Amino acid sequence: MRIECPFCGERDHSEFAYLGDAGCARPAPGAADAQARFVEAVYLRENPAGAHRELWYHEFGCRSWVQVTRDTRTHEILEVRLAGASAAP
Amino acid sequence: MRYSLASLLRQACSGHRGWEPAWRDASPKSAYEVIIIGGGGHGLAAAYYLAKVHGLTDVAVLEKGCIGLGNAGRNTTIIRSNYLLAENNPFYELSMKLWEGLEQDLNYNAMVSQRGVLNLFHSDAQRDAFVRRGNAMRLHGVDAELLDARRVRRMLPILDFDGARFPIQGGLLQRRGGTARHDAVVWGYARAASGLGVDIVQQCEVTGLLREGTRITGVRTTRGEIRAGKVAVSVAGHSSRVAAMAGLRLPIESHVLQAFVSEAIKPVLPCVVTFGAGHFYVSQSDKGGLVFGGDLDGYNSYAQRGNLPTVEDVCSGGMALMPAIGRLRLLRSWGGIMDMSMDGSPIIDRTPLEGLYLNAGWCYGGFKATPAAGYCLAHLLAREESHELARAFRLDRFATGDLLDEKGQGPQPNLH
Repeated sequence: MRIECPFCGERDHSEFAYLGDAGCARPAPGAADAQARFVEAVYLRENPAGAHRELWYHEFGCRSWVQVTRDTRTHEILEVRLAGASAAP
Repeated sequence: MRYSLASLLRQACSGHRGWEPAWRDASPKSAYEVIIIGGGGHGLAAAYYLAKVHGLTDVAVLEKGCIGLGNAGRNTTIIRSNYLLAENNPFYELSMKLWEGLEQDLNYNAMVSQRGVLNLFHSDAQRDAFVRRGNAMRLHGVDAELLDARRVRRMLPILDFDGARFPIQGGLLQRRGGTARHDAVVWGYARAASGLGVDIVQQCEVTGLLREGTRITGVRTTRGEIRAGKVAVSVAGHSSRVAAMAGLRLPIESHVLQAFVSEAIKPVLPCVVTFGAGHFYVSQSDKGGLVFGGDLDGYNSYAQRGNLPTVEDVCSGGMALMPAIGRLRLLRSWGGIMDMSMDGSPIIDRTPLEGLYLNAGWCYGGFKATPAAGYCLAHLLAREESHELARAFRLDRFATGDLLDEKGQGPQPNLH
């Protein structure tokens, strides 16, 4: 499996560390239902068989976070983009 | 037909023409009292104990392919009960006790071999952790023995004691642990359950759940709709997908774990050995091949195959432990899909939907738990309450904070 890093180009996935589902946003801690929201964000996952948006950290490269869309049935990488504020939603 | 020396002799004298199929390949009826989704070891064991212990025989096990072709046939066949936590250890010890009587109970040779499981330690801190674990085991009546390097060397001269980067200081041995033939476990449970009247339905994939309000009343399958009083999901690896049919999200990620077997060599490993300075566990099959595994690949996957960096990592663990295997060829490697839960422990519980029950989240530990998981799932289905040894395996523990994190890794499934 190779991931096309926006800065470094195509690199083996062993250069990256895996964080998991990119869709787990941190809830507002002051909200009335914050506790339930935190349980969802920390523990519950869609875990799809198919396209999965996930975060990888290019630890042995440029050390940036990338958001990868990957098919969990085939390991085919469909899209890679920089994670964080500069990434389009 | 009961298997015995007499039946073997009778068949030998008649040219082995009288053997019958071990179990009935059933067609689905239109309704059952209980449906179990998933014809792996756990599902078949649950069906067997439902029939045997609770007298419930109006039961169907639905399998999308052929029984035992999923994780039940992809593991490294290790059985043990060397857990630390008070909620885990007695459960796995129940499993170990069931393993010890399994072949007589099922009248089937599952090749249960209590050859011992030895966890090596390589530092003072690791020794202290294993002393603690051994003491926890003994407090629960489980056997545990601490060996020093000299005794380990006498048992396992093939390991590297002199030039190792991480010298072996000793090991924690559970003599009652060992291995079992995983296919035979599946076939044995299938035969025994089928003999008690359970329907085992193959090539029957569940594609949806029948629902009335908040109650699950049956399943939609590739062989038609089947109604049921209760539906149990026992499909480790794919639990999230079946749960999604009920609109549930689980605290589970699916990850691929690879396993390997080498060409056959003369006996060198009398027991199961785990390397403490890396993640590597190995045993030798009766045919002579070294059967081993290591870490998960580490990313979500349903692919039943992994990537090469993990192969290299596992093999370098093996080389660090016993350099003598360096010229052995690998015969095969394969991948299985693990239900990695958020705390590394399983779930045997009701779900928020009435009539839907869940047996999931087995991480690496599903095979050894097969008898007890089946036993406790059957108890839950028949009695409507958790078995006392599986009470902690609740689905809501992630919300209540009663986590069972054996390794203290936190909610990161690929680290458990």
